[in-house]
Amino acid sequence: MDTAKIERIIDKHHCEASALIEILLDIQNELHWLPREALELVAGKLQVPVSRIQHTATFYKAFSLVPKGRHEIHICMGTACHVRGAPRVLEVVENLTGIQPGETDAEMKFSLDTVNCLGCCALGPVMEIDAQHLGKLAPAMAADLLKNYD
Amino acid sequence: MPLINSPAELEQHRREILAKRDPRKPSVSVCAGAGCLATGAEKVIAAFNAEIAKQGLNAEVTTKGTGCPGFCERGPVVVVGPEEICYLQVTPKDVPEIVAKTLKEKKVVERLLYVDAATKEKAVREADIPFYRNQERNIIGNNIKIDPKCIDDYLALGGYSALAKALFGMTPEQVVEEVKKSKLRGRGGGGFPTGVKWEAARSTPGETKYVIVNADEGDPGAFMDRAVLEGNPHSILEGLIIGAYAIGAHEGYVYVRQEYPLALKNVSLAIKQAGEHGFLGKNILGSGFDLTVKVHRGAGAFVCGEETALILSLEGRPGEPKPRPPYPAAKGLWGRPTNINNVETWANVPLIINKGADWFTGFGTEKSKGTKIFSLVGKIKNTGLVEVPMGVTLRDIVYKIGDGIPRGKKFKAVQTGGPAGGCIPEEHLDIAVDFDELIKVGAIMGSGGMIVMDEDTCMVDIARYFLNFLAQESCGKCSPCREGIKQMHRILTDITEGRGKDGDIELLEEIALATRSASLCGLGRSAPNPVLSTIRYFRDEYEAHIREKRCPSYSCKELVSYYIDPEACGACLLCMKRCTSDAISGGRNLIHVVDQVKCNRCGTCFDVCPAKFGAVIRLSGEPVPGAIPEELRVVVRKKAAQQETAKEAR
Amino acid sequence: MSQVSLQIDGKDVTAAEGMTVLAAAQSAGISIPTVCHHQKLEPFGGCRLCTVEVDAGGRTNLVAACVYPVQQDIIVRTRSKQIDGIRKVLTEQLLAYAPESEVLQKLAQEYQANKDRFAKEPSFCILCGLCVRYCAEVKKKDAVGFIDRGPSREISFIPEIAARECWDCKECFPLCPTSALQAAFVLMRSLTSLASSNSEEVRI
Repeated sequence: MDTAKIERIIDKHHCEASALIEILLDIQNELHWLPREALELVAGKLQVPVSRIQHTATFYKAFSLVPKGRHEIHICMGTACHVRGAPRVLEVVENLTGIQPGETDAEMKFSLDTVNCLGCCALGPVMEIDAQHLGKLAPAMAADLLKNYD
Repeated sequence: MPLINSPAELEQHRREILAKRDPRKPSVSVCAGAGCLATGAEKVIAAFNAEIAKQGLNAEVTTKGTGCPGFCERGPVVVVGPEEICYLQVTPKDVPEIVAKTLKEKKVVERLLYVDAATKEKAVREADIPFYRNQERNIIGNNIKIDPKCIDDYLALGGYSALAKALFGMTPEQVVEEVKKSKLRGRGGGGFPTGVKWEAARSTPGETKYVIVNADEGDPGAFMDRAVLEGNPHSILEGLIIGAYAIGAHEGYVYVRQEYPLALKNVSLAIKQAGEHGFLGKNILGSGFDLTVKVHRGAGAFVCGEETALILSLEGRPGEPKPRPPYPAAKGLWGRPTNINNVETWANVPLIINKGADWFTGFGTEKSKGTKIFSLVGKIKNTGLVEVPMGVTLRDIVYKIGDGIPRGKKFKAVQTGGPAGGCIPEEHLDIAVDFDELIKVGAIMGSGGMIVMDEDTCMVDIARYFLNFLAQESCGKCSPCREGIKQMHRILTDITEGRGKDGDIELLEEIALATRSASLCGLGRSAPNPVLSTIRYFRDEYEAHIREKRCPSYSCKELVSYYIDPEACGACLLCMKRCTSDAISGGRNLIHVVDQVKCNRCGTCFDVCPAKFGAVIRLSGEPVPGAIPEELRVVVRKKAAQQETAKEAR
Repeated sequence: MSQVSLQIDGKDVTAAEGMTVLAAAQSAGISIPTVCHHQKLEPFGGCRLCTVEVDAGGRTNLVAACVYPVQQDIIVRTRSKQIDGIRKVLTEQLLAYAPESEVLQKLAQEYQANKDRFAKEPSFCILCGLCVRYCAEVKKKDAVGFIDRGPSREISFIPEIAARECWDCKECFPLCPTSALQAAFVLMRSLTSLASSNSEEVRI
């Protein structure tokens, strides 16, 4: 873990305890997860108890305490997507990748997560891979799309 | 960017901008909201830029990516000015034709126009399309005219004139009075009178006060705020600055959920540009009033849409709601008087200041004034964002604007208000949509999500779905919510998977009562609503699941079997090929049979069986017929003859 | 500090402004059941067993007595069919975790709660937060905290701090209504003494 990088992120927010979530988001975006060392570093510099950092890091679902794969798949399970068949898309993706939501495959290629509404409700079912939104998905389409990623 | 130091300078600057714009000049506006971007709008914009350059038309035509105009079902949406010709589902391949025919020859490309399914009439202008024509687009109507990255577009439409009027023509108390007079009610779900809220924050003593934009839009199925944030961020900022002036706050926050990266980008840019012009920062427009605004991101917690949880999140803590009283207007962020309002609420403020409270009260019903943006999604032909005056009927929204249910299916219910809301069946389609009328039928307006459901939607599954969502989003601090949701979800899962028992409905109601009465915050208190409203209107579905192990919508996988009718099967091999679990056996002349053990109930065979055969039958609550004898499976075409022989032989 | 007069269960009560309904009731000798409340700690409002009916401003609300501030002329009822029904269900939900808990058994008796109403849960912890709050507010060590949210919420010891502080302290143990805490601590200690020097967070 690049300690200097983490320190720069914390300093950018002036070591303010109120900026904890902003800091953690920046670290998450940078490293794609929150290593324990990073949390301890943040706790020290912000003068905030580790227990509060831990609660915050586990409370908010944007954070991951385990490393993510190269490609993060998010499948929207919002109501509009649900009604249009999102569970079937999820099932197909689970079968193809071999992982369940919250997991990363052994090769660290894909991480799978469900998301409670990406805000593209008119285009459901929606899947997001590497921050790209793909809408109007049929289960078979999802299979084809995943082949494009290595 | 010029620093503007007075209302006079603002108007001067506006005149200069307008002088450079010829309203008769051809223009191409392409929706660049997240929805259209996901269906290829970026490539369409690039194609226009390339083609227009190629045709040497750069000086004559302006092209821009705009905010979301709401007709998401038919995106990418392109509006060609000055005639406002509206083209739908435009692809890069269509661009050369549009440039050649419409821009150069002033002719319409018929095949890209909206066609009314019933009358077959084509609508040329955006305003003629029934989807738009039946709306009152006070707020979202401007989106197609604005490039959200360009503050001049907002200024060209009169932007920030309300701010100048408030700062120089009205006292803070007068601003509060005007908002009170407008009877504007919060658009985020609470429906609390905005003016009264502002007055409470204004009258709490203290030097330090805060204003906050709640852009944590978490209701699944709702994306109105996203469209306004992405498409017209200045409208929200202008409202926020006016509100800060009215209350006496000098620090503001825009709390945006991190799942909306484009909104975050556009709002941040808008704040920067507003600052450069002097609409934010010190001595705004030379008035002596200061306000700085920061953007904070959410981190994936629906509960942070609740105002006390949002405030805690801003303070760098987990979003566990606090008991009220004290209300944020008295004790909010850092213990100071704080006013939080929803995105759409803030966006209404400049309109009220400019056009007056009387203009605003001209729309809507007695107790619900103004217009509301709804997200109309689910089993509906015209999905998208719809802005109508309060008081329009659900029927008009679903049928006049939404154009009804696709694929000839039957309407079943509209779910409104997100996870705190309820399902409204056909018998109530004629209710006027406003805050109080919806509560009477067991639903709520919420933030404006309207999810249409048809005969294929299982209402017990919908209740289970919402409880599943709420279980993931509950903060977990108080037991009636944490345990109540868990138990209700468990019971509903059991019911949808065939393990329902007599007494389950009564148990659900008992848990619901405790959760609704004793929970700490709105999430817990309203968590039982989806369960109670579906029991109220669709009790028969619950009873079928429990007593007969039958799902009337053939939706609950554990309760549905797929069976191929041997009399109808054409042995076309289609379902065999598409079956996702290799569960169908058969051959070119061999009737197909589903192996009930291998079958995973995905429903693909039912979807793909050709209409002329229609051989796949869904069964629920009844046993699957036994297999027909092997000899009778063979040779479909000679089947009739064989059956005759078999009959005679008996 | 000004005084406020209110009515609790038909009794006229005077209380200082800023006092909670729970404190006011206790001062008048009226008992309201609690699980997550403790004299030495800030009111938490988590268990909701102290839910009472309050008539104020023409409306009746159900509120948690431990956090609701007294107001002039409010009428409070600490028992009713509605309240008893709520307390019964809440107790049954918690009994699924800790049927042996004395506190919960007393409540079960008073409100006729059935300890087998809901399926047994593998955890003993009812998330009352007494240990977390005591360590944060009184000991100021933050050796144990909450993690996650919703039904996945749990308590978790910070191994480095707990290893240093807890063995000689253990002041939170008697506060635990279900003795889950002792089990959690013992487990954590044995696991961390076996774990590598990475000292990963241990979820119990």
